[in-house]
Amino acid sequence: MATATIQPVERENYLNKHYGVGSWLFTTDHKRIALLYLISITFFFFIGGLFALLIRLELLTPAGDLVQADTYNKLFTMHGQVMVFFFLIPSIPAVLGNFLVPMMIGAKDLAFPRINLLSWYLYIIAGLMMVHCMLTGGVDTGWTFYTPFSTAFSNTKVIEAGLAIFVSGFSSILTGLNFVVTIHRMRAPGMTWSRLPLFIWAHYATSIIQILGTPVIAITLVLVVAERALHLGIFDPKLGGDPLLFQHLFWFYSHPAVYIMILPSMGVVTEIIACFSRKRIFGYSFVAFSSIAIAVFGFLVWAHHMFVAGISVYAALIFSILSYAVAVPSAVKVFNWTATLYKGSIHYDAPMLYAFGFVGLFTMGGLTGLFLAALGIDVHVTDTYFVIAHFHYIMVGGALMGYLGGMHFWWPKISGRLYPEGWARLAALIVFLGFNLTFFPQFILGYLGMPRRYFDYSHMPEFQVLNVLSTAGATVLGVGYLLPMIYFLWSMRYGKPAPDNPWNAAGLEWMTSSPPTTFNFETEPVVTWEAYNYDELDGGHKQEVKVAG
Amino acid sequence: MSDHSKSSPLKTYFSVWIALLVGTFVTYEAAFIDLGRFNAVVALTIATIKALIVALFFMHLRHAHERLLKLVVIATIFFLFILIALSMADYATRT
Amino acid sequence: MPDSTVVGLHHEEEHHPELLHHFAEPEQQRDAASFGMWIFLGTEVMFFGGLFLAYLIYRRLYFGDFGAASSSIKAGLGAANTAVLICSSLTVVLAIWGAQTARRSLMIGSLILTMLFGLTFLGIKGIEYKEKFDEHHVPGASFSFDHVPIPGHPDQYANPRHAEIFFALYFIMTGLHALHMIVGLGIFTWLLIMAWKGRFTPEYHTPLEIGGLYWHFVDIIWIYLFPLLYLIDRHR
Repeated sequence: MATATIQPVERENYLNKHYGVGSWLFTTDHKRIALLYLISITFFFFIGGLFALLIRLELLTPAGDLVQADTYNKLFTMHGQVMVFFFLIPSIPAVLGNFLVPMMIGAKDLAFPRINLLSWYLYIIAGLMMVHCMLTGGVDTGWTFYTPFSTAFSNTKVIEAGLAIFVSGFSSILTGLNFVVTIHRMRAPGMTWSRLPLFIWAHYATSIIQILGTPVIAITLVLVVAERALHLGIFDPKLGGDPLLFQHLFWFYSHPAVYIMILPSMGVVTEIIACFSRKRIFGYSFVAFSSIAIAVFGFLVWAHHMFVAGISVYAALIFSILSYAVAVPSAVKVFNWTATLYKGSIHYDAPMLYAFGFVGLFTMGGLTGLFLAALGIDVHVTDTYFVIAHFHYIMVGGALMGYLGGMHFWWPKISGRLYPEGWARLAALIVFLGFNLTFFPQFILGYLGMPRRYFDYSHMPEFQVLNVLSTAGATVLGVGYLLPMIYFLWSMRYGKPAPDNPWNAAGLEWMTSSPPTTFNFETEPVVTWEAYNYDELDGGHKQEVKVAG
Repeated sequence: MSDHSKSSPLKTYFSVWIALLVGTFVTYEAAFIDLGRFNAVVALTIATIKALIVALFFMHLRHAHERLLKLVVIATIFFLFILIALSMADYATRT
Repeated sequence: MPDSTVVGLHHEEEHHPELLHHFAEPEQQRDAASFGMWIFLGTEVMFFGGLFLAYLIYRRLYFGDFGAASSSIKAGLGAANTAVLICSSLTVVLAIWGAQTARRSLMIGSLILTMLFGLTFLGIKGIEYKEKFDEHHVPGASFSFDHVPIPGHPDQYANPRHAEIFFALYFIMTGLHALHMIVGLGIFTWLLIMAWKGRFTPEYHTPLEIGGLYWHFVDIIWIYLFPLLYLIDRHR
């Protein structure tokens, strides 16, 4: 291990306790599994990013000159599938959640360590299937697999991609199941529900969605595969089936799936904002229950993706109203973060910059979501770049900013090394600027009527300026993503050794060594303090740890 | 599953078993009587009662200290209800 | 920051041989396992839930065709299978009771009976599938369902396309259920081996309880599948 070179006497920790490939591939340590996930999802992030880059390059000019329609269809399909199912959904839960959930609640491991490992293997199997699918031709249905195109007309590898996502779904279900049981059953003495870090509440809410939503997409994909292989007619209007049934089933999962991506990010941002404002989070219980409310309301709004697809107008009305309801708990969170910042002693460290980016971009993404929830406006901008910009503000501006912020915040704990702060702040700035340059022009493009999924807009050459801006922004964004990867890797060898609690942050995970030992704590901790007790931490009183038993 | 070993649960188990068999027989026979739309109501009511007693007695859901498990069951049924009710709301009101 | 290190007594109690390292006590481990299984069953409900939704929508749209298609299946076979599964659920609870009260032969006998009932179920299912196969009622290229009257309307024929949707759902639903039965048989084979080796005691028999929960759940799914698939608009 590279970490062994600087410190002459290094404490035993989860990284250096065992060596060899086998000690990683057969580990049941939640921290090592988190690192396995980190490596795997980074791989898929760069594959998905490559597709995004090709899409942006093609749109640089109005004509279809870099790729043709068939290739372009595959590019945006596989960009979506890889990013959604193989990066965003596992990103924070499987990496940071895996690493931190047991530590934050004072447990030695997740409740089912072997199932945790199994879920990584399922992810890898699914990933290999997806890679094989991409290398042997790919899919062109759009990430949504809409029927009957996917079942009756597409000539690409729909079945293989469907099965890959089916398998990855089980990986996601098992992670969620593990978290819920762990949070219920493995909390250390004194760690009551009202003392849990809000990161844990966010992951609890996420897990509910993973557990109850993912099986529905699994069975939907089974039906798509069966229909495509055997022409059963379930989704084929020619044979008496109803394609809208597919959309209902698909969005029943895929809308809540957005909250699988954003809720953990909200949890990360809550931790960061409390730490770098040196304040107790404002309205703890509101933030906690708004996570649960988002998870529940998130299941009631799915058909707002189908307003123009031919659902009944009465159902559309109901779903439009319900979609507004889900904005309430999200807004509660934003207000509570702002209130926490108010009169806080704010530190502008790199994680905090990402958190600021998150709050701003998520708010924009959320507010444009309200536009789309309104029936009238949605009809106007459905399937335009307005929708693309909206959900990228949520998924990239929100989920990805949170992921990067969390990676910076906990990197000293994960690796035992400090990253270079100056570079990190620069990267945060580049990501923020690059992101806005990429996606803000797309709001305008969409409002002006540029449809999504078109490779050629030569009949509308006036769209080129905004598209060039967007492509330029994507390039900047790409640099912003490469930087952290480079300096994180650099810091593993050359970074300064991290103290146990570099941010003087509250939370059990900061009270063990950096990196932690295999069982996280020398002895079982007993919690006697409330969450986010920054007033006590900064008042000179150290957190007092009572002797167990 | 719980410490109720003082009284033998065998009597409960066998009564539940008999009840389930009777329920199956009634379901089967009732299906051949023309009750119009109430055929489905009768069949699903009996099925739900059967499922409930399997869960309560065979899966030991009725014991008080398993409240968390009841929450899991209720939450699952709630979300299943949402899936079916809101989708059917679309199909039932299409013009 | 050495002062933030957690200090405390190390719990070095005598560990139960089946207690995994990260649990504090056997009670916690057992509760976690049963809770985990219940959550997994929740995911299974939603998994089948998507199929139930598809079924309900098409049954509402094509009620007559569904009735005709359903009536072509022998309801007696479905009823018999329901009874078989109910008996297997009884033997599962008897096996657990046998473990709780240290009645080894009752436990092992009940496990064997459970598996026999499970195999009987699959056998009857196989007979049913073969009949459907012979009648060309399996969806696909050779599917045919021509000139079958709609129950209660002898003058109207069922639309073969809509009947095909019924049979597609019938095969997917019962097929996935049968797959769960096969997985259950695998689990019970393992439980039987563990029981044979004497691993289950009145104090520790969590795997039996967890496996039992799964088996009962598969039974519950069938309790719904039977009236929904076999008993639509039946007439003597």
